[in-house]
Amino acid sequence: MIVLRNITRALVLLIGMASAVLAGPYEDALPNFANDSYAETEAAIGAVAVSGNPLSIDVVEALRDGRLLVGAGQVFVRRTSGELVNAATGQVWGDQTGELKPVRVNNRVRRAVEAALGSLTLLSSDATKRLEAARAVFRSRDETALPTLEKAIAQEGQSRVRNVLESARAAILLSKQDALPMQRLSAVETLRNRGDQEALALLSNLPSNATSEVVAAAGKAADGIRARLAFWEAVQNVWYGISLGSVLLLAAIGLAITFGTMGVINMAHGEMVMLGAYTTFMVQEFIRSQAPSLFGGSLLIALPLAFLVAGSVGVLLERTVIRFLYGRSLETLLATWGISLILQQSVRTIFGPTNREVSTPAWMNGALDVGATSLTYNRIAIVVFAFAVFAILLLVLRYTSLGLYVRAVTQNRRMAGSMGIRTSRIDALAFGLGSGVAGIAGVALSQIDNVSPNLGQGYIIDSFMVVVFGGVGNLWGTLVGAMTLGIANKLLEPYAGAVLGKIVLLIAIIVFIQRRPRGLFALKGRAVEA
Amino acid sequence: MRTQSLFDRQTIIVLSLLAASAILVPAMNGLTSPESALHLSDHLVPLLGKYVCFALLALSVDLIWGFCGILSLGHGAFFALGGYAMGMYLMRQIGPRGAYADPVLPDFMVFLNWKELPWFWHGFDWFPFAALMVLLVPGVLAFIFGWFAFRSRVTGVYFSIITQAMTFALMLAFFRNDMGLGGNNGLTDFKEILGFSVQAKSTRIALFVLSVLALAGGYLLCRWVVGSKFGKVLVAVRDAESRTRFLGYCVEHYKLAVFALSAMLAGVAGALYVPQVGIINPSEFAPANSIEVVIWVAVGGRGTLAGAILGALLVNAGKTWFTAVLPEFWLFALGSLFVFVTLFMSRGVLGAVRDLWEHSNQKVRARRSPQPISHAAE
Amino acid sequence: MSAPITPTLLYLDNVSVSFDGFRALNALSLAVDHAEMRAIIGPNGAGKTTMMDVITGKTKPNEGTALYEGTHDLTSLDEAAIAELGIGRKFQTPTVFEMHTVEDNLLLALKNKRGPLATLFSGIAAQGRERIDVLLERVRLTAQRHRRAGELSHGQKQWLEIGMLLAQEPKLLLIDEPAAGMTDYETADTADLLRDIARSKAVIVVEHDMTFVRELGVKVTCLHEGSVLAEGSLDAVSANERVVEVYLGR
Repeated sequence: MIVLRNITRALVLLIGMASAVLAGPYEDALPNFANDSYAETEAAIGAVAVSGNPLSIDVVEALRDGRLLVGAGQVFVRRTSGELVNAATGQVWGDQTGELKPVRVNNRVRRAVEAALGSLTLLSSDATKRLEAARAVFRSRDETALPTLEKAIAQEGQSRVRNVLESARAAILLSKQDALPMQRLSAVETLRNRGDQEALALLSNLPSNATSEVVAAAGKAADGIRARLAFWEAVQNVWYGISLGSVLLLAAIGLAITFGTMGVINMAHGEMVMLGAYTTFMVQEFIRSQAPSLFGGSLLIALPLAFLVAGSVGVLLERTVIRFLYGRSLETLLATWGISLILQQSVRTIFGPTNREVSTPAWMNGALDVGATSLTYNRIAIVVFAFAVFAILLLVLRYTSLGLYVRAVTQNRRMAGSMGIRTSRIDALAFGLGSGVAGIAGVALSQIDNVSPNLGQGYIIDSFMVVVFGGVGNLWGTLVGAMTLGIANKLLEPYAGAVLGKIVLLIAIIVFIQRRPRGLFALKGRAVEA
Repeated sequence: MRTQSLFDRQTIIVLSLLAASAILVPAMNGLTSPESALHLSDHLVPLLGKYVCFALLALSVDLIWGFCGILSLGHGAFFALGGYAMGMYLMRQIGPRGAYADPVLPDFMVFLNWKELPWFWHGFDWFPFAALMVLLVPGVLAFIFGWFAFRSRVTGVYFSIITQAMTFALMLAFFRNDMGLGGNNGLTDFKEILGFSVQAKSTRIALFVLSVLALAGGYLLCRWVVGSKFGKVLVAVRDAESRTRFLGYCVEHYKLAVFALSAMLAGVAGALYVPQVGIINPSEFAPANSIEVVIWVAVGGRGTLAGAILGALLVNAGKTWFTAVLPEFWLFALGSLFVFVTLFMSRGVLGAVRDLWEHSNQKVRARRSPQPISHAAE
Repeated sequence: MSAPITPTLLYLDNVSVSFDGFRALNALSLAVDHAEMRAIIGPNGAGKTTMMDVITGKTKPNEGTALYEGTHDLTSLDEAAIAELGIGRKFQTPTVFEMHTVEDNLLLALKNKRGPLATLFSGIAAQGRERIDVLLERVRLTAQRHRRAGELSHGQKQWLEIGMLLAQEPKLLLIDEPAAGMTDYETADTADLLRDIARSKAVIVVEHDMTFVRELGVKVTCLHEGSVLAEGSLDAVSANERVVEVYLGR
C-alpha cells in the first residue's frame, strides 16, 4: 500500500517536473487559445496536436464540446464530471468558474479540431476510438497526421481498423501536393478497394499535378467503384422492395383467407388492420402508465391482443352480416364497405381524427451494415415477421383440423356439410382467422405507418391487387404477388418517381388481370366454374 | 310482343316530377319574396342542381349494374373526367382575368412557370369542342378499359376491383402537377360560361334547369335502351351470361356498348356539376365516391332507373342534413345504410313500394277472379 | 379446299382436354352425320359434358381437331360464333332467362341479327311473331306466353329451352339430359319431339336414362374416361363386356 502510494507520488512529481521544466511547444501554444481569434485558435490546435503532450487530447476534446475555458490568461479544461483542470499542468483548479469564458469555435476551427482529434486518437488503446479517428483523418486529409498514421498502421492489430487507417493514408497521399506517383498509384488501389461514395469523390478530384498514369488508374478505379455502387444500389432497391412486399404480404394475407378461400369480398379488411394498430397503441399506453419496464416487449404483448380484437370483430361481422350474403359477392362488397365506414368513424370518435403515437421499442432501433448499404432493424423485423406469419398460416391451413375443414368447405361446401362439418361455424372461424391475421399485420404496420382512422384505407386496394394478382385461393400466390409488386414498385421508383411508379404498376396489374383474370396461380377446371 | 311503350306510367310520373321541379325551383327562387314560406334561397339552387347531377350519375350506374349486372366501382372517374373537360373550358374562358392576367395560360400554369399551353388544352376554348370531349373522353376511356376487361371475361367482383384500381390510379395521376390539370387544387375560380357569369343568379337557375333537362333526357334514353330488344339482351346477360353466349350473342359487344354509353352519361353529369359547384379537383376520383354512388342506386332500387334518381336524391339530402346537424354521425348513417339495404332491402325503396302495390293488386284481383294464375301475366 | 374433307357434319378427332393433370377427354374421336340423332351415354366423369363444352367453344382442347361442316375449326371460335354457325345447346339444368317472359325468351333465341346495333333499333316483325306462335304451340307453352320463365315448372323450363333451341334454327343440337326431372309422360313426349326434330337436323343427346335412350332408338356412343368405349345400337353396346364392366364395376 505504502509502496504504491510512494510510486504514485513519485509519478505525479515527475510529470509535474516535466511540464514545468520542459516548457515545449504545448505550453507555448496554449495561451493562443485565450486570444479570442479563430485563426490563432486554429493554429494553436495544430501545435497542440503535434506536441505529443498527453494532455493535448483532453484540450482538443474540450474545445470541441465547448468545455475549454479561458480566463486571466490561463486555459482550463472543465471535465465532464464538472471539475476544473489547468490545461497547462493537468492539475485540478477547484471548481470556481469566475469570469471564465469558453473558447469560441467556427466551422474552420471545428474542422481543425476534427483533424487534430483524428491524429491524436489514432494511437488510442480503444479500438472504437481509433476507428473513429481514422475516419476523421480520412475526411480531413490532414497531411500533418501522416507520421502518426504510419505509426498507427504499423502497430494496428485489427484488420477492420487497419483498412480504414490505410484508406485515410491513401486519401492524404492522393491529394498531397508532393506525393510520388508510386505512392499515388498504391493510394488509388487502396481507395478502389474501399469502393464507396467518398472514395469515388476522392478519385474524381485528383490534384492537378497527377501523372497521366495516375489519372488513368484513378479513372479505372472510379469506374469500378461506380459499378460496385450501382450493384449495391440495386441490392438496396430490392431490399426496399422486399420490405414493401412484406408490408403488402402482411396486409393481404388475411384477405387471401377471406377472399381467397371463402370468396368473401371484405372491404372492411383494412379496418381490421387499423384495429390491430390501435390495439398496439392501447397496449403501449397501458404499459407506459402501469409497467414501463415491460415496454421493450409491448409489441409482443400486442400481437395476441390484436389477433383477438380484430378476430372477434371479424367473427361478429360474419355472424351478423356476411353469413346472410354468401353467394352474393357484390352485395357482400357493399355491406362490408358500410361496415368499414362504421369502424372508421367509431375509431375516429373514440380516439380522435389525428395520428396516434406508437413508439418503436429500443431493440428495433439501429441498422445493420451490409456491403455499401444498411438495413434498418425495424424493416428487418417486419420482413422476418411477415414471413413468419405466412409460414404459420400455411402450417395452420395444412396441418390443423381447422385448416382441413376450411379447405374442405372451400372445395365443396355441400359435401363437407354432409360429412358432418358444421360449415357455418367453419365460415365464422375462418373469417375470424383472416381478420385476426389482419389485426396482427396492424401491429407491424403501426411501426412504419401513421396510426390514424384512415390507416386501413391505404391498404385495401393494394391488398386486393396482391390477392387477385397472385391468384385467388392460393397462399403461395399471395406471397409471390406481394413480393413481385413490392419489388417492382421499388425498382420503378428511381426512374418514374413514387407516384408515377405506382400508377404504372396499377395499370400493369389492370392489364395483367385482364390477360389472366384468375391471377398468376390460377385454379383450373370444374372448381372454378362453381 | 308487348314492347313496353316508352311512355308508361313510371316514365310519365318521373317526367312530370322533373318538369315540375324545373318550373317550381326557378319560380320559388325568383318570383317569391325572401320572406315568403315558399321562398327558395339562392344557395339552395346550385345545391339542388348538384343533386340532379348526382341523380344522372346514379342513373348511369343503374343502367349497367341494374340491367347488365356490371358493378362498376369506378364510375366516379367518368364523372370527374367529364367535369375536368368542362373545367378546362371554364378555365380557358377566364382569359386575362386571372390573378396573373396571362391572356392564355391558366393561373396555375403561370405559377408553375410554364411558358406554353400543353397540347391537350388546345381547343377547349371553343365550347362545342369541350362539349364533345365531355362525351368522348369518358366514352373512349370506358371503351378501351371495357374492351380489355370484357374480352378477357373479367366479371363480377374482379371487374369491380379493377375499376376501383382504375379510379385510384387516375386520382394519383391527377394529383400530380405534371399532369397539367392543376394538381391537387384542381380547376377553379371560374368566371363565365358561354358569356354568362357563373355566379349570376340567372345562370345558376339556367344551369339547374339544364341539369333537370339532361336528367330527363338521360332517363328517356335509358328507358328506350332497356325497353328495346338490346335491353332484353342486357337482362339476359345479367341473369345467365353463358346462356346468352350459347344463343349466339357476342356478350362482350353488348357490355362494351352499354358501358361506354353509361360512362358518357356520367361524363355529362360531371360536366353539369362543375359550373354549379365552381371547382373540380382530383378528390372526385376518390374510390370511396364511386362506391357511394352504388349505394344511391341500391337505396332507390336497382334495375328500375327511377329508383336510381330517387336514391341519389334521398341519400344526398340525408348527407346535407347530417353534415349540418350531426356531422360525426354521417358516416355511421351511411355505413348502416349500406348494411341495411343489402341485408333487408335488396330491391330498394322503389322495389318495396312496388311489392306493396302488386300485393294489394293481387288481392283485389283474387277477389274478382277465381283463377288468379292465368291472369298473373299482367 | 375444293372438295369437303369429310362428309360428316361434326368431326372430332383425337381431342384431349386436361384440367390440372386430370384428363377430362382423352383422344376422343367422334363423327356425326347430317340429320343423324346420336345418344351419348357413359358413367359420371366420362367426359360427356366436357365434350359438349369443346363443341360449343366453352373449353379449348389441349390437342385434337374439331371440325364443323368440314371447314369450320371449332377450336378457334368462341361460343357466340359457334352458335351463329348453327350449333345449339341445351344445358343439363334448364337455363332460361328467368326474369323474361316465355315469349321474350323465344324472341331472344329467334334466328336474327345478333349485333348490338341491330337489336337496339329492331322492331318486332310480324313474321317473328308468327314463328313464336308456332314454337309456343310446339313446346306447348302457348298458355304461358306472358308468364315469367322463372315461374315455370321444371319440365316446362326444359321444354322452353328446347323451344329456344329450335328458334335458333340450328343444324346441330346438343341436348344434355333432357329427361331429367320429367314425369314418364313428359319423357315420352320429349322423345317424340326429339325424333321429330332429328328428321331435319342432327341431334346429340346425352342421357343417363336408358329407357329414354331405348325410346329414341338411335345409334349409341358410350364414353368412358374421356374416350369412346363402344359404339353401335343400344343392344350391341349394352352387350359389350367392357361397357358392362364400367357400369357395373369390376
